[in-house]
Amino acid sequence: MSKSLLIARRELSSFFSTWTGYIIIAVALIIEGLLFNAFAIGSTPKYSADVLADFFYFASGISIVAGLFLAMRLVAEEKQTGTIVLFNTSPITERQLIYGKFISAVLFTVIFLLMTMYMPALIFVNGKVSLGHLSSGYLMLLLIGASAIAITLFASTIAPNQLIAGILGAFLIVSFLVLWIVSDVVDDPFKKLFTYLALHNMHFNPFAKGIVHTRDIIYYFSVSFFFLECSVRALEARRWRG
Amino acid sequence: MIVVENLSKHFGSKHAVDQVSFQILDNEIVGILGLNGAGKSTILKMLGTFLLPSSGKAMVAGYSVIDNPDEVRRNIGYLPDLPPLYNEMTVVPYLKFVARLKDVPVNKVLSYVDEAIEKTNLSEAVGVKLGALSHGFRQRVGIASALVHKPKVLILDEPINGLDPVQIVGMRDLVIGLKSDHTVILSSHILSEITKTCDRILIIDKGTLVAEGSEQELARGIGQNMKLTCEVDNLSDNLRNALDEIPEIKTIDVMGPPNARARLVLETTADVRSKVAGAVVHSGTDLLSFTSENAGLESLFMKLVGTDHQKGDLSE
Repeated sequence: MSKSLLIARRELSSFFSTWTGYIIIAVALIIEGLLFNAFAIGSTPKYSADVLADFFYFASGISIVAGLFLAMRLVAEEKQTGTIVLFNTSPITERQLIYGKFISAVLFTVIFLLMTMYMPALIFVNGKVSLGHLSSGYLMLLLIGASAIAITLFASTIAPNQLIAGILGAFLIVSFLVLWIVSDVVDDPFKKLFTYLALHNMHFNPFAKGIVHTRDIIYYFSVSFFFLECSVRALEARRWRG
Repeated sequence: MIVVENLSKHFGSKHAVDQVSFQILDNEIVGILGLNGAGKSTILKMLGTFLLPSSGKAMVAGYSVIDNPDEVRRNIGYLPDLPPLYNEMTVVPYLKFVARLKDVPVNKVLSYVDEAIEKTNLSEAVGVKLGALSHGFRQRVGIASALVHKPKVLILDEPINGLDPVQIVGMRDLVIGLKSDHTVILSSHILSEITKTCDRILIIDKGTLVAEGSEQELARGIGQNMKLTCEVDNLSDNLRNALDEIPEIKTIDVMGPPNARARLVLETTADVRSKVAGAVVHSGTDLLSFTSENAGLESLFMKLVGTDHQKGDLSE
């Protein structure tokens, strides 16, 4: 675990010692602010809880896209620049490397989410929302962001460069997002399967309304764990392929 | 320190390394010489544990690269052809990170890093971001990262690649200086450098080991010629006659007119430097310079690696 934290610390500091971290945070905050102003608050009167639910709806999309941009470079860049050799010749496991990278991106997401808190704080000050609703919404943003990171991290592990990792990651994420639409045009048991596997719809809506289901938390943890372990296996296979 | 037995690596139907066996003793500097694509880097990658062999075995510091990769990794420092550097970091944080990655105890990290910086003469680059360093300094940081945890074995893949002549001399001195504390195995496709740096040479061609030994052993093994060059002030017939009487001299090329300053290039079948020096002295000729080289090693190499590569890149 200490090796994972060592890698996470270096990775997190690299986000802030280059432009990458600042650009991702700035762009995400601007877009999120605009969406909050234009759609969540809007021009018609709303209940505070609805404003907050709309905010979480848009913020979830931003978290997913930010996760994609954060994770696409994590392993692909190491392969491109040759720094992956450092890990390949050090006494660490592929799992420690992958989880270290994942932790760094999740911590970055936490920092980013903390910076968005001024928006719900405005609702909190000027309206009436519960802390429980706020907490569940932010928990969802973190879980869905972490899932996007894990999916893209897998893409980053198997792709030869960042661009392909980004494209592959986006493809996988969009595939998981649209499964709930696909579920509308198929019959059981695929309907149930696709509805359950969809990244956003069934598992997102309760959180946005302030309802936390254990099954939804387990779902997001499962998605992250599955793709992290796929990444570990893909890295281990590199020892055979070279 | 390193024992390799019948090591092979196949990529599909391509045999990148085929049944290679060799041993390297403690504190030896051994060079793997071969043309580009000969299999040098593949051998080093397998010793560095990040490429699994298809068959055969390799032991580094007593540990198998297949069964105990973590133990091997604790005992090796590996420098790939492109040093694995994070451009946004400076030297000290980078080396501290590498040291922690290599299991150096927290309370010893700083002293180990200082030692690595001193060994590789990096003190003037300490505050500079790695991305802003020259290629020579980047190679030095790469070597510092390879030795920061005081490994028994250093594996250096093409350490002089891309360096200018001054940097090459610096790198050569650095590698030779590492011999007292480490066993070093390095690869290169530049014959002259490997002969100057290494105690022993392994010549690899198309994935197989075609010869091994010191420069002299290799030259002797194939009956290679030695090239002696004398510059004399006044080339006399006496000297010509004396040289003609030395049976080991195969050819004499004279550059310059008789009874004037001239350069003699002698191709010999053995080391006859003392005989030639004696002949010059006895003929009463003033000797201005006298150099020798195993010029035949290059042709030996060409002979060993076959005629397919006659236009290889040895002359770099």
